[in-house]
Amino acid sequence: MSSPVRKLEAVTELKPKPMVAIDDVTMAFGSFVAVQNVNLKVGDGEFLSIVGPTGCGKSTILNAIAGLLKPAQGKVSIDGTAVQGVQNNIGYLFQQDALLPWKTAFQNVELGLMFRGVPEEERRAKVFAWLEKVGLKGFGDRFPHQLSGGQRKRVQMAQALITGPKVILMDEPFSALDIHTRHLMQNELLRLWQEDRRAVVMITHDLEEAIALGDRVVVLAAGPKSRVIESFPVDLERPRNVAEIKLDPKFMTLYRDIWASLRGEVEKSYASR
Amino acid sequence: MQAVNIRIIQIVLLVVLLGGWQLGVTSGAIDRFFFPAPYDIVKQVIAWVSDTGFYKHVGITLSETVLGYIIGTGLGVGAGVWLGLSPFVARVLDPFIKAVNAIPRVVLAPIFVLWLGLGLWSKVALAVTLVFFVTFFNAMQGVREVNPVVLSNTRILGARRSDLLRHVYFPAAATWILSSLRTSVGFAVVGAIIGEYLGASAGLGYLIARSEGNFDAVGVFAGIIILAVFVLIIDLILDFAEKRLITWRPNAGEERPA
Repeated sequence: MSSPVRKLEAVTELKPKPMVAIDDVTMAFGSFVAVQNVNLKVGDGEFLSIVGPTGCGKSTILNAIAGLLKPAQGKVSIDGTAVQGVQNNIGYLFQQDALLPWKTAFQNVELGLMFRGVPEEERRAKVFAWLEKVGLKGFGDRFPHQLSGGQRKRVQMAQALITGPKVILMDEPFSALDIHTRHLMQNELLRLWQEDRRAVVMITHDLEEAIALGDRVVVLAAGPKSRVIESFPVDLERPRNVAEIKLDPKFMTLYRDIWASLRGEVEKSYASR
Repeated sequence: MQAVNIRIIQIVLLVVLLGGWQLGVTSGAIDRFFFPAPYDIVKQVIAWVSDTGFYKHVGITLSETVLGYIIGTGLGVGAGVWLGLSPFVARVLDPFIKAVNAIPRVVLAPIFVLWLGLGLWSKVALAVTLVFFVTFFNAMQGVREVNPVVLSNTRILGARRSDLLRHVYFPAAATWILSSLRTSVGFAVVGAIIGEYLGASAGLGYLIARSEGNFDAVGVFAGIIILAVFVLIIDLILDFAEKRLITWRPNAGEERPA
């Protein structure tokens, strides 16, 4: 599943062929324009964080990549193929609980493989391997309501990643967790991602999270008619420890720079309501 | 301790009530014709229960109930899931459904007797009309209230429409249906009994109707008691079935904090 080449590659934003390309995309609901003329490219193996004030239409960009929403204008493509309808070669980590409550952790993780017609033996082996990877060995028989919030997130990670998606989309994946669980899960996520680097697009309103996890941070303007205003490369070494990296002077400089750009937008978003 | 006390009070209450009734009848204060002595009723119940012919009546009422329940639930789930998934059809059919649901089901009994005769099926049909709407509305609600995030997630994982039906919509509807199980079985019993009462040659409802026709209040009361026990037994079975079927739902107090 993992290619050694991908691991060794230096990750920069200048990639010859982007994994995700968003060309001049406008998302609208009736006459309400959420985002306008957004251009973004995400390289293969790149971890892109998108920050913006609440209500700036961040999620609609993810949903356009996933094929859950159709852009009013512009084009989205994954690995050179235009997005049409719901995409199956992506993994989507939702903010809310997205597990089927009537299926056990095992059955939930199994879903993607089952829909793809993977034979049962192979499925079992893979699901057990993934449950162990996310630290849930022996929890396969639990139903979601019998798991803690962090454990449910782990199941969701295994569920989204088991199919080996080309792109991983995350919509404020950890915002519902308490701070310690959040750090734990962020480190866990980085560990999994480091093992097998895929393109990641993560949306968050937490700037610390955006910098600590991302290779690049993109700032969106306050909505409506939100657009990309600035892009900051994050040149922090990997592997990173999310809780400790915040003390790194480079982290603080980055934080100050990006916050300077984001602050105005946050203020605007408050002023308009 | 408290539980034991409550039990004792309950028994005392029952004895006082039944004893008073019995005394009232024997002393002549209560008219035996309208309120027969509990002792006579018990004797009648025992006479029926020890007669093998009686179980034919129980069997018939039971099969009407079960058939009515299964057919009504099946149709209700099918129609509910379908309309839940097709808002357009649901909107078109809405006034018709409301109109049909507004008909008191009892008045349909003569029509079913005309169509299906005095046998088993006219009672089943009556039970079906009662059960159908309960499950129908529950199934429709269940499908409509599927969490959209769960739905999106399952679709992204690669689910086709048939997969969604099987893994998302039906289980979602099932929880609503199971929660209405008690009510709908109760309706199935009501349908069967009313059908028998209005015209039949066998069944518990028929026993009551026959006793009534003979001005035999003892028989009517005995029939009522047997019916009550009949429903209680079904209720116990359902209680057991419900616990076995929904294992994934938290019991009260078992829910873990996020």
